[in-house]
Amino acid sequence: MKEFFTKLLSKLKFNPFSRKSHIKLGLYGPPNGGKSTLANRICQDWLGEEMSSVSHIAHETREVNIKDKISIKNSKGKELTFSLVDTPGIATKIDYEDFIKRGMKKTIAKKRAKEATKGVIDSIKWLDDMDSVVVVLDSTKDPYSQVNITIIGNLQARDIPVLICANKVDLKKSNIDVIKNAFPQYGVIGISAKYGKNVEDFYEQLFKIK
Amino acid sequence: MVTFQFVPYQDIERLSSVKRVNKLLKIVKDERIVIMEGRLRKEEETDLIEITMEEISPQFKGIELSVVYPDKDKQDAMQKLKGAFANVLLGNRQGMTIIGPATVVKKIQQNPNKIELFTNESKTSKRYRGKKRKK
Repeated sequence: MKEFFTKLLSKLKFNPFSRKSHIKLGLYGPPNGGKSTLANRICQDWLGEEMSSVSHIAHETREVNIKDKISIKNSKGKELTFSLVDTPGIATKIDYEDFIKRGMKKTIAKKRAKEATKGVIDSIKWLDDMDSVVVVLDSTKDPYSQVNITIIGNLQARDIPVLICANKVDLKKSNIDVIKNAFPQYGVIGISAKYGKNVEDFYEQLFKIK
Repeated sequence: MVTFQFVPYQDIERLSSVKRVNKLLKIVKDERIVIMEGRLRKEEETDLIEITMEEISPQFKGIELSVVYPDKDKQDAMQKLKGAFANVLLGNRQGMTIIGPATVVKKIQQNPNKIELFTNESKTSKRYRGKKRKK
C-alpha cells in the first residue's frame, strides 16, 4: 500500500516517503569498466581515503563494498550525502581459464571464478536496494552488449534514476558518442576516473539524478 | 557443427519465470544455441544471468545472450498501438532472443542493424550474419 502511494505521489511531484536518511548510490556495469577506480576517486576526493582495490584483470571486485556517509558539495554550495555501493561487474560468463591466461595459478583462478559468480549474483540482488545508480561503461568498448542493455533495462523497470558514466576518456579509442547513441534516453558524462578528468562535471550531475 | 534450436513463444508462454529460464538454460547446457521467438521479461533476463552464475562449473562456463527488439523510437503511433494490442492478445512475441553456451559462442555482437555471432568451434572463428527484423 505504501509503495502504491509512493509511486502515485511521486508522479504528482510530492513524496513524503522520499526523505530517506540513507541514499544509496550504486556503481554498476560490466567488469573492468572502472567502477572501483571511480569509487576510489570519489572517496579520495571527499574522504581522503581509498575504497576498493583495482586491477587490469577482470573481476577484481568480487564482493559488494559500501562506504557510508559521503558528503559532496557542488559549485553552489549545495550538499549531497549518500552511501556509495561499489558492486562486482555483471557478466554472463566466467571462465577460470581466462584468469590462468593472465598468469594466475589454477587453484587461485578457480577460486577467483567461483567468487566472481557469487559477486554477479550479489550485484543483481542489490539492485532493489539502490536509490540511484551510476552505470560505469568503458568508452573504448562497444556499448551494445546485452549485459549493458539488461542492467539499464532493469533499472528502468524499477524506476531507479540512472546516470551513465563513459569512463576512460583519456584513452585514444574512447568514443562517448557511441554510448550516447546507444542510450539516448539517459544522461551520459565522459570522465577519466583514473586521472580525474571531468570529475567535477560528474559530481554536478550527481545532484541531478538524486 | 553448431546446432540451433528454435523455441516458439507458445512453448514458454504459460510457464512461470523460473521454469522459462530453466527450460532455456537446459537447451544451452546441451550445447545448442537457442533462437527464441520474442523476449523474456526484464526481470527474467536478470534471473537468467543469476541462475547461469549459480550453474557455472568447469564444463559450463556461462552464456552469450542477445535480444533483438524493434526500436520503438522509430515506430509511428499506429505501429506502437498495434504492437501494444499484439502484446496484450498474444504475449510479447516481438523481437528475438539468442542464447548460446559460452563454450560454443565466443561473442554475439549487436549493432543497431545487424547481429554477428562468432563461434568458438575449431580454432578459427566462424561468423553468421543476420539482418535485424523490422516490425
